[in-house]
Amino acid sequence: MILVWLVAIPFGAGIVAWVAGRWHPKLPRWICILGLALTLALTLYLWSEQGQQIGFSTNTPWLVEINQPWISSLGISFYLALDGLSLVLILLSGFLGMVAVVVSWREIEERVGFFHFNLMWTLTGIIGVFLALDLFLFYFFWEMMLVPMYFLIALWGHENRVYASVKFFIFTQVSGLLMLLAILGLYFIHHHLTSVYTFNYTQLLSTPMSQEAAKWLMLGFLIAFAVKLPVVPVHTWLADAHTEAPTAGSVILAGLLLKTGAYGLLRFVFPLFPQAASAFAPIAGVLAVVSILYGALLAFGQSDLKRLVAYTSISHMGFVLLGIFAWNELALQGVVLQMVSHGISTGSLFILVGALQERMHTRDMYRMGGLWSTVPRLGGIALFFAVASLGLPGLGNFVGEFLVLLGAYKVSITITVLATLGLIGATIYSLWLVQLTFHGPNKEGWKLDDLSGRERAIMATMIVAIVWLGLYPQPLLNTSREALNQLQRTAATTQMVAQPAEEKWAPTTYGGEKAEPRRAVLP
Amino acid sequence: MFDWLWLVPAFPFAGFVVLACWAPAKRTTAVIGVGSVGLSALVAIWLAVTFFASPPPGQAYSQTLWTWMTVAGFSPQIALYLDSLSLLMILVVTVVGFLIHLYSVEFMIEDQAYSRYFAYMNLFVGAMLTLVLADNLLLLYLGWEGVGLCSYLLIGFWYRDPANGRAARKAFVVTRVGDTAMAIGLFLLFTNLGTLQIQELMDRALGQWPPGSGLAVAAAALLLGGALGKSAQLPLQTWLPDAMAGPTPVSALIHAATMVTAGVYLIARTHVLFSLAPTVQWTVAVIGAATLLLAGFSALSQWDIKRVLAYSTISQIGYMFLALGVGAWSAAMFHFMTHAFFKALLFLGAGVVIQALQEEHSIFEMGGLRRQLPFTFWTFLVGSASLAALPVVTAGFYSKDLILWRAWSSPLGSRWLWVAGLTGALLTSLYTFRMVFIAFFGPVKKAATKKPGLPMKIPLATLAVLSVIGGWVELPSYLGNLPLFSDFIHRALPAASSLSVNGHQELMLGLIAGSISVGGVLLAYVLFMPGREFIERIAHTSVGAVLHRWWFADWGFDWLYDAFLVQPYSWLANVDRNDVIDFIYDGIAWINQISYHALSRTQTGRLRWYAMSIGIGATVIIGIVVFL
Repeated sequence: MILVWLVAIPFGAGIVAWVAGRWHPKLPRWICILGLALTLALTLYLWSEQGQQIGFSTNTPWLVEINQPWISSLGISFYLALDGLSLVLILLSGFLGMVAVVVSWREIEERVGFFHFNLMWTLTGIIGVFLALDLFLFYFFWEMMLVPMYFLIALWGHENRVYASVKFFIFTQVSGLLMLLAILGLYFIHHHLTSVYTFNYTQLLSTPMSQEAAKWLMLGFLIAFAVKLPVVPVHTWLADAHTEAPTAGSVILAGLLLKTGAYGLLRFVFPLFPQAASAFAPIAGVLAVVSILYGALLAFGQSDLKRLVAYTSISHMGFVLLGIFAWNELALQGVVLQMVSHGISTGSLFILVGALQERMHTRDMYRMGGLWSTVPRLGGIALFFAVASLGLPGLGNFVGEFLVLLGAYKVSITITVLATLGLIGATIYSLWLVQLTFHGPNKEGWKLDDLSGRERAIMATMIVAIVWLGLYPQPLLNTSREALNQLQRTAATTQMVAQPAEEKWAPTTYGGEKAEPRRAVLP
Repeated sequence: MFDWLWLVPAFPFAGFVVLACWAPAKRTTAVIGVGSVGLSALVAIWLAVTFFASPPPGQAYSQTLWTWMTVAGFSPQIALYLDSLSLLMILVVTVVGFLIHLYSVEFMIEDQAYSRYFAYMNLFVGAMLTLVLADNLLLLYLGWEGVGLCSYLLIGFWYRDPANGRAARKAFVVTRVGDTAMAIGLFLLFTNLGTLQIQELMDRALGQWPPGSGLAVAAAALLLGGALGKSAQLPLQTWLPDAMAGPTPVSALIHAATMVTAGVYLIARTHVLFSLAPTVQWTVAVIGAATLLLAGFSALSQWDIKRVLAYSTISQIGYMFLALGVGAWSAAMFHFMTHAFFKALLFLGAGVVIQALQEEHSIFEMGGLRRQLPFTFWTFLVGSASLAALPVVTAGFYSKDLILWRAWSSPLGSRWLWVAGLTGALLTSLYTFRMVFIAFFGPVKKAATKKPGLPMKIPLATLAVLSVIGGWVELPSYLGNLPLFSDFIHRALPAASSLSVNGHQELMLGLIAGSISVGGVLLAYVLFMPGREFIERIAHTSVGAVLHRWWFADWGFDWLYDAFLVQPYSWLANVDRNDVIDFIYDGIAWINQISYHALSRTQTGRLRWYAMSIGIGATVIIGIVVFL
């Protein structure tokens, strides 16, 4: 039942906040804070309560689950389940959700109620995505996070918001439709073989199908997740959406929405289609390297501060893609840490950029410069997160990237060496950011207010979090370890069980040879 | 007693946190900033005393603070390792670091960002101590990147000038290139040997890799990449001269005494790998020899007093690399120690001069400082003598002589390396005393307006004393044969095996080296003493001018990197700022819009048009049905 609350609280808080916004503009903020605090508290409770169980394999891979029939005739159920991986990501969602509400405190003044409604419903969708194990339900949540996000960008965004929001919507919607097709394909194949209509993830797991079918279905999922992550060449929505969104929107986008893509790859693509996914691994490795290096190059070329930060996400998510397709424990743990650290560090950078924009009404770095002399605190903290983002050891991002690369090295040396070059690219854009904004002469004589108490409090929390992740990430690693191992085991069993299906689904050229378990191998 | 080891890096880190979060008034800042490093130095000295009095079992002590992470058999720890090598390092880092902090109290007093300065300096010392005390390569890498970051912060300390920012970024990016190689080296080592704990790693490497095996060569080469970046050796030396943009005590701390020697430390620490990879070790020696020569020539052509010292640093670290390359580990560490003393002294002396002459860097604008700043002159002279390795009285002589002797006598050494080292010694004397003669002798050109106070004099005096007596801990066979220092280092590192201990030969070589450095000073007097025109005439011949320009520009490395790496990357980033891939999607959107407009044109509202469309459509469909 607790899982239902995790989804229901932000869902309900969103509605209440909308209504309450008519009475007083402060009310929605407090309602959301309260709702998210409750969600976060529940997650923390789960974390502490299940701490005993985590790390031990029990009969069920799930720490908590709930499975209620919903539309039985179609095999749709309300199936939510939580393992260590979802737990970590939901913790991050609760945390960044609260941060998003707090940073909007002054920035959002119009339609406050509706804004918070959208914010909360996006979060509901995200948390739902991390919990849903019924594919129909998953798709439902997947779409649920898009629409409110669209409104967040389109209504409270910056100058070019309409273009950005439509682009965001079309990209995610089209790719989402491909995923829907793949889900339905899987659904019908499963029915064809077992005469059971079901969207249940655990039942669909060992659906035997031909390699050809698996390949196409895998691609459907993969494209949806790759757009979300995003992977070059389907990344172009990201810069516009991140740049034009209000600060809270950017924090949610970078911190959480991108992670749903990675989560989908981990939860669905590998366990459902292990062979097809392994076969795709070499291409994914190349795409990851291209994302890492190309993202860094794009970031370096920007003059819009927020756009620069947006492009760094592409580079960082390249490491996530690399780690997922390396598919071993080192790399996967690195992926989890990279996701959390990136959420915090890039989220913080977006908040700082938002703070600057609020004060300067521009994001053009060539009009900035020398801001250190007027806002030393802001500068120092921005420097800190820029350094985190270039992967300085002792901060969370380093641990994530290092583990990913270490894991990937076992799989492909060439790819890893090329990906490691991304560290240089990250150094270049991070230092360039600091140079253009905070160092150099203060040409335009800016005189700005330094961070307020509210902003400092957020930043202090973020700094503590990222240092903690950098120096003692073990609690997090312990939480996700069993879940990741379970995913690897599931993928391995699926591969063992998978038998070539009947002719109807198998191409004629396909013989009856038994599918061999194969590890992900990059070139 | 050894339990206190963690305090050595902890004090400076604590100092950083306090200064960064609190930013107190100047007096408090000075107390915290200097005090933290001072306490750290006291602990280090006390550890040294204990280490000599009752050495820990196995000549090494390790302290595990906590396990950093445990993932699939990868469990690096936050653990410190103290043996004679790291003890030497922490002694030099904390003692010299303390003196430089003390000096900064006065040097930086006018600066508004006083607490930021000391915060960065403390962070730097903390990171450097982590580097040298790390028990595994990942923690070492943390310190390694930490000092890289601090050098960026301190070089760009006066951030208002974009040139400083540029120098700072250059330092970080160039060293990061080396660090990336090193990171790949770590991947290789862990994947193949299953640990990053240094001692265990060395044991396993010895056990599993035969000498000259491909993996050993690759691992050593990758670590060498990291070392080249941090220690500013060919071809990654270009960042160091520019790094002089930072405040002068920063140059003394980072670019003379500590950070740049990190590469030397790394190679000494992982010497087993280099022994297993003879080709790489040979490369180390060759790179060292080449660097010491190239940088020596460059130092000869600079006019900025700090850049002379910067090139001199590159050149002296070249000597250390030469020593490492011929397997003379203790000689390298010995030169590291003496170099830390005299180079810190020279930088601090240069700082006094620069401040006294209102930020004047050019030695040609100086002159006659001997009388104006006598105290500084004498200490600077001691430092210069030590750098030029004047025989018997200076510390530099003992360490450089040892390196030259090893380059000659070690099984890995060769005559050519010795000749290179000797030529370098001549160059060293030349450029050092060129600087001394031009800046301190001759007529006064600018009046010195500020005399150093006590906080600046104490470090100068102490370092001057150390620059003399620091060499007496290791006397060659012909001067009493007292290898105290080597014996101490050999508790951690293997002794260099000489072909045969030939006292007579060693004396001969020592005499040659000694006369070369004295000869260099005399030559410098002849060529550069103010009033001599001879050198000007050489420099104005066409060959002389070309050579001068070439040396002055560091042999064109900067130009090369700028033309082939920096410019193309910036150009590409600039051209692609709107992301060429987005054009595809824009194209799709455009096609959609075009077809939308085209189709909406057909919605005219005219009955005639619709009727005709229906007619044509029906005809086409019937045609298709009938004919196909």
